Amino acid sequence: MALPSYASPVQRTYYYFYLFFCTVVFFFLIAPLFAIIPISFSVSPFMVFTEGMLAWPPDPEAWSIRWYRNMIGDCSADVVSSTVPCSTKWMKGTVNSFYIGIIATVIATALGTLAALGLSRPHMPYKGLIMAILISPMIVPLIITAAGMFFFYARINLVYTFTGVILAHVALATPFVVITVTATLVGFDMNMVKAAQSLGAKPMRTFFKVIMPLILPGIISGALFAFITSFDEVVIVMFMASIDQLTIPKQMWAGIRQEISPVILCMATCLVLLSIFLLTTVEVLRRRSEKLRGIKAR
Amino acid sequence: MEVPISTAELLTTDGIPLKQSLRKAERRNKLRAFLLVFPLLLFIFVTFVMPIGDMLLRSVDDSQINSVFPNTFDEYKNWDKGADELPPEEVYKSLFFELANGDKRQIGKALTRMNYAKSGWKSLIKKTTREIKKIVKKGEEPVSYKDTFIKINKFWGDPTYWYSFNQMVNDRSSIYYWNALDRTFNEDGDVVLQDEKRRMYIKTWLRTFKVSVYVTIFCLILGFPVAHLLANLPLRYSNLLMIFVLLPFWTSLLVRTTAWIVMLQQNGVINGILVWLGVISDDGRIQMVYNEVGTLIAMTQILLPFMILPLYSVMRVIPKSHMRAAQNLGAKPVTAFLRVYLPQTIPGISAGGLLVFVLAIGYFITPELVGGKDGKLIGSWIAYHLKTTLNWGLCAALGAILLGIMLIFYWLYNKIVGIDNIKLG
Repeated sequence: MALPSYASPVQRTYYYFYLFFCTVVFFFLIAPLFAIIPISFSVSPFMVFTEGMLAWPPDPEAWSIRWYRNMIGDCSADVVSSTVPCSTKWMKGTVNSFYIGIIATVIATALGTLAALGLSRPHMPYKGLIMAILISPMIVPLIITAAGMFFFYARINLVYTFTGVILAHVALATPFVVITVTATLVGFDMNMVKAAQSLGAKPMRTFFKVIMPLILPGIISGALFAFITSFDEVVIVMFMASIDQLTIPKQMWAGIRQEISPVILCMATCLVLLSIFLLTTVEVLRRRSEKLRGIKAR
Repeated sequence: MEVPISTAELLTTDGIPLKQSLRKAERRNKLRAFLLVFPLLLFIFVTFVMPIGDMLLRSVDDSQINSVFPNTFDEYKNWDKGADELPPEEVYKSLFFELANGDKRQIGKALTRMNYAKSGWKSLIKKTTREIKKIVKKGEEPVSYKDTFIKINKFWGDPTYWYSFNQMVNDRSSIYYWNALDRTFNEDGDVVLQDEKRRMYIKTWLRTFKVSVYVTIFCLILGFPVAHLLANLPLRYSNLLMIFVLLPFWTSLLVRTTAWIVMLQQNGVINGILVWLGVISDDGRIQMVYNEVGTLIAMTQILLPFMILPLYSVMRVIPKSHMRAAQNLGAKPVTAFLRVYLPQTIPGISAGGLLVFVLAIGYFITPELVGGKDGKLIGSWIAYHLKTTLNWGLCAALGAILLGIMLIFYWLYNKIVGIDNIKLG
């Protein structure tokens, strides 16, 4: 979308202003994420760029990995400071986050894939209504979901248990699986299923040998969406988990609210890297899935 | 051989009419499709729909207090307010025994509810209960329960306390909804405004709407040119630039919120750059976070991808030839844009706008963390009543109102875009 050679000076000005504006917006979107990375390597216990970090030539004294060591529970004297005590909370939170996230992902992916298969069948009755119900956990604001679940789970004694949190996360994550797998099934050639069945394959065998390999990229993307949903979720965890059932987001929340510790930035940096990894995987899978299904990449 | 071309129905080899057989197969297929969906439907129903329903019921529920003072309330209903200034003796008598024998924890809960109706109830009942227990211990039976009560505390002779019972005698009550809109019942049971200092919800509702509208507008202004650029660049460039939109989308909300605190705080990155550039002096650093400005900036960045993605998918399919054709026909670029291009992007604008707006009114984490005192939205009150004051009725009512507003906008979204057209990434 280059500028035509006959463009007038006014058009030229507009065009460059437009490009400049877009650059600023891209910067606005991405800069905050990358601004925190260098600060996480600061020696200072405050979340700021220190003078030493900005000095030229760079001052090696101003940089350190002490907060990363603090994050993984290293309690040496040079790691803790008066405002940032050593704690094992971050590692405990990491373990819990993965534990909740993985179990929730497995359940959500299984349930969501089954439902997507059903929804994609041409004979599905009340498709719109059922889809609306299945997607509703994604739509209702988290704080309302959290309130409702807290009241309800309190009646059946699931509050302050991991089971309650996992059930809630599965409910929140399934819409993502349903949406991604349904999208993969659009344009899925049903004749292949018929072919398999006419060759004598039972439904289970048809699913695992014919359908599954073709929609696997969609299922994996859905699972990744489900995982990140559970992994990032803080509102439900805040209300439904007990005080010592920490997760990473909950610990970050506490870190911002009470402690203002630079260790948050180390964890944030790790999470940015994780999201880069997940985004790349999902993109690669999407392309692969489009190739598999014979849809031309857009 | 004569071919039996008959007016009779077509039969399958089994001799069943074809129509019937097809219908049976169709039914079986429907059932099979439904069976695949059923586990998830059941799961969502139990873990999600029922909790939301429970919350809606709780927002009108007033039965707890009725289970604590059932007899008192029954007798109270017989009180002819026109004839007697104070309730009849039976009311005092029932209350006497219900206070003397009631479960302490349940009474405690009921007292909290009574205090919502009229402040002062809690201390009055607590004092009275102590005295009543003394009387019961001594084994005395009062001659007049009414006089005993008034002797214990003169407020029992004050009919305004008794009038406030009026709003509690039913199992269902709309009090929490009125509270959520800064209103309450007066002694006659009419809806009136709360005291000046207790009015905070209308203010917060308005702020929630204001912030959501602003965020939507900012997202549109920032998102429109970017979506246009992405839609018109060759694929290899736009796919690359798309990462800038998708990466924030994939990054934890708390990370992005933290990042904004680091950027906007008083000795943060932006203030630092401004000082370094000499735009502001070192002690003139701008307060950009922990107020409404911070909420606006952070929410705009966080919700921007939700505006760009729908706009992009609409703009991608608008043929580039349209603009050229319009200009060929003599339209100036501005006219061509306004009359030819812009109208075609309206589906994208409405989809993105509604999505951002709906997400914004329900936002909780970001406003709570960067909003400070004057940047908090209604979600913060819901959390506050859920966790701190334990006024669950009010919490549920606020949630129900928010849910109602959301549903209206989603209904609109569904009309315009279709809810099953939601795409991710």
